[in-house]
Amino acid sequence: MQSSDNKKNSGDSRRDFLKKSSLITAIALTPSVAMKAAESQADERFAELFEKIPLNVTVNNKAYKAFIEPRVTLLDYLREELHLTGTKKGCDHGQCGACTVHVDGERINSCLSLAVMNEGKKITTIEGLANGEELHPMQQAFIKHDGFQCGYCTSGQIMSAVACVREGHTNSRAEISEYMSGNICRCGAYPNIVDAIVEVKEGGMKV
Amino acid sequence: MENRILKDENDRVDGFLKVTGGAKYFAEYELPGLTYGVLVTSTITKGKITALDTKAAEKAPGVIAVLSHLNKPSAPAYEQEGGSQMKIFYTDKIFYNGQPIAIVVANTFERATYAASLVKATYAKEEFNTNLDKALKNSKAKKLQGQPDYKRGIENAYKTAEIKIEQQYILPIETHNPMELHGIIADWRPANKVTVYAKTQGVKATQGTIANVFKIPIENIQVNSEFVGGGFGMGLRTWPLEIATVMASKHIGKPVKLVITRMQMFTMVGNRPTAIQKVGLGATKDGKLTGITHTAFGETASYENFTEGVVNMAKFMYQCDNVNTSYTIVPVDLGVPIWMRGPGEATGAFALESAIDELAHELDMDPLDFRIKNDPEMDQQKNKPFSSKNIKEAYKLGAEKIGWGKRKNKPGSLIEGSWQTGYGVSVGVFNANRGKASVKGILRADGTLLLQSATSDIGPGTGTGMGLIASKLLNIPTSKITFELGDSSLPPAPSQGGSATLSTIGSAVNDVCVALKSTIAELAANSNMDATSNFVDVLKKNKLPSVEITKESQSGKERDNYSMYSFSIHFVQVKVHSLTGVVKVSKIVSVGDSGKIVSSKTARSQMVGGAVGGIGMALTEEAIVDHRYGRYINNNFADYHVPVNADVPEIDVIFIDKPDFLVNPMGAKGMGEIALIGFSAAVANAVFNATGKRIRNLPITPDKILA
Repeated sequence: MQSSDNKKNSGDSRRDFLKKSSLITAIALTPSVAMKAAESQADERFAELFEKIPLNVTVNNKAYKAFIEPRVTLLDYLREELHLTGTKKGCDHGQCGACTVHVDGERINSCLSLAVMNEGKKITTIEGLANGEELHPMQQAFIKHDGFQCGYCTSGQIMSAVACVREGHTNSRAEISEYMSGNICRCGAYPNIVDAIVEVKEGGMKV
Repeated sequence: MENRILKDENDRVDGFLKVTGGAKYFAEYELPGLTYGVLVTSTITKGKITALDTKAAEKAPGVIAVLSHLNKPSAPAYEQEGGSQMKIFYTDKIFYNGQPIAIVVANTFERATYAASLVKATYAKEEFNTNLDKALKNSKAKKLQGQPDYKRGIENAYKTAEIKIEQQYILPIETHNPMELHGIIADWRPANKVTVYAKTQGVKATQGTIANVFKIPIENIQVNSEFVGGGFGMGLRTWPLEIATVMASKHIGKPVKLVITRMQMFTMVGNRPTAIQKVGLGATKDGKLTGITHTAFGETASYENFTEGVVNMAKFMYQCDNVNTSYTIVPVDLGVPIWMRGPGEATGAFALESAIDELAHELDMDPLDFRIKNDPEMDQQKNKPFSSKNIKEAYKLGAEKIGWGKRKNKPGSLIEGSWQTGYGVSVGVFNANRGKASVKGILRADGTLLLQSATSDIGPGTGTGMGLIASKLLNIPTSKITFELGDSSLPPAPSQGGSATLSTIGSAVNDVCVALKSTIAELAANSNMDATSNFVDVLKKNKLPSVEITKESQSGKERDNYSMYSFSIHFVQVKVHSLTGVVKVSKIVSVGDSGKIVSSKTARSQMVGGAVGGIGMALTEEAIVDHRYGRYINNNFADYHVPVNADVPEIDVIFIDKPDFLVNPMGAKGMGEIALIGFSAAVANAVFNATGKRIRNLPITPDKILA
């Protein structure tokens, strides 16, 4: 909800400050015509200079270099910049688990991580789980046990399920349910999801 | 919808795409020059916008436009007087807290979000009321008839019955909150050509609404919605926020994407409204129902009327000569509701099925025996026979499975340590609907079948079910069948709602396949081939790459002669902790009496999903409004509790699986609604059986049990 009485910290003042404080550098670096260019262009220039940060990450074994605003979440970076849209946005508050990815092998809610916090890290998303057409055992088990209906929470469920097995939290149906309760499924496929995890665990498949 | 080789014919045809992240939902389409919209919402509940300062937002980096009632972005229908829906950006009136009042469009999501925070609104506030109970107590508050009053026999006959009960039941606001956030991508191109990627349960409905609002020919509008991340009814209309996005795209000449926030999911895309219901039941001492009175009051908005079937079930579910019902809608200053799974019937079933349990208790009868005793032979409301009804068999199968024999009729009898165990049962019923739809079938010489219809799949598995129908009729493996949907240019079909998709579109698939089969037989005969020849050989012999048939299908006269319903029986075992009041649903058996089961795996999942939704409705879900401010105070998943994995036990699903060919050629009835309808009452009845506490006010939270 947008507040009508948010008086402090307007965008103008911050930008004005940046423009003034960087005036000397800017004059030195920038031809004067550019300074007179349309304000939007100047904005882009300032954003490039002062508001973007370099980022190096590996996603699904592929190295990416980016120059992004620090306020961009890992989730939005994956979806909007890299177009890896298998990772889903369900709440943006770490309450639903739809955005679950693996960072250096651990499951996290990518909406609660700023992209720039992942410098040098290895990220795996749902797109990186299968080996081409050959599905990961958990993906296969989700199909077999119908561990989804609409499919929107599924990427997060599967990433969480794989981590759950790796963590060793699969000693009973109750334990699986407990450790999968950070991933909401509104279609209510929970018992089927547990069936899928039990099968992968009991099958002793490499996850 | 892409089809991969399936390990099992019953697997979902889109399973591969859904487990690999390859299924594309509306917000995931890449369009050149895509921009991002973010909504600014009202911070008061009722009144007028007196000033809207958008200067800072307009100057913020990356901002392309700020649209509001000040610049009235073009929507020709909104320039005309009248109309019964909210005209977004054509009014300065505030009807509810969180109403969209402006949209900020920028070149990135972050910039649009930030700029939206800079828009400053000033309001003239007015008195408001968001409380149904308060409105009911205020004689001056507006009240409207939601449905004509119904009367059969003597009015309020229960009052003079030998044994009677009269109780009030209250349901709070429940929100759909599918996992996918609502929104739309709108791309308005020159010459008024519009393409949208929508989250909708009806691509044709969305197309029609956009055509009406913007007064452009319907064929200029292309609606795409192949994958929908859940709907539960929320996508059954085009919301003002979608129109706002189309306006924005038209205004700036670029595609605009809007994805609303989870908080906004509570305010601007409907809900299951608060309902206050009174049920009076009367019976003879030996347990024959002699009177049913069901009176319901439901919320609607001040700016639009909303009605649903809250009191339907009371009219026909039980044998009773004296029944009267009334349903009143009461405007409050909240966003307009929309049908949520099971819609009004689920609301009504909580009250009626709780009351039936209460009366059985008064009679000292097993509630199952009481229901069997009052099971009607025919529909007394319509005065017609049921097309099929196997409810007694369903009672028996479910009771056996859950171990009903262990239940004690005296509440509070089963105690183990701090846990009290109870069993509950209830019934759900919903119209076995069938509408009109068209399907195109293309049978190809390469052995494949393509089926097309402008229907949707919000999760039940539309393509999977259709493939199975066609597979059986044409003897083609499902891996060779593709069903395309979610595209407004395909042959027309109604929206996915009211548990009618399999019945409606499935019938058209049936008719197309039957026609294709006879075409192949004719071609075979004409080319001196055996009538049972494989269609591939027949097409090749006739040098035809494919044959194509489009069929429109709808019900015949039988629908006038029979009463057609799907039924469900929910059996629940609960464990209630006597010290903390915590309720755990420990066993569930749901029995579906919904005709022939076409797609066994997806049908089972739908019943499981309904039970999970029912657990939420019964135990945790309540969108709380602070009536002092008219604002939701738990509008997020941390505070509004939908069931999580640990809340849900293993669920047994039983289908009667007997075809009803009066309903449609597959003999299958819908089951999306019955999976949920009645479930919450089964939980409440089980809690009573466990503890002796009758909770008539959902959700059944520990404080109510301990009170």
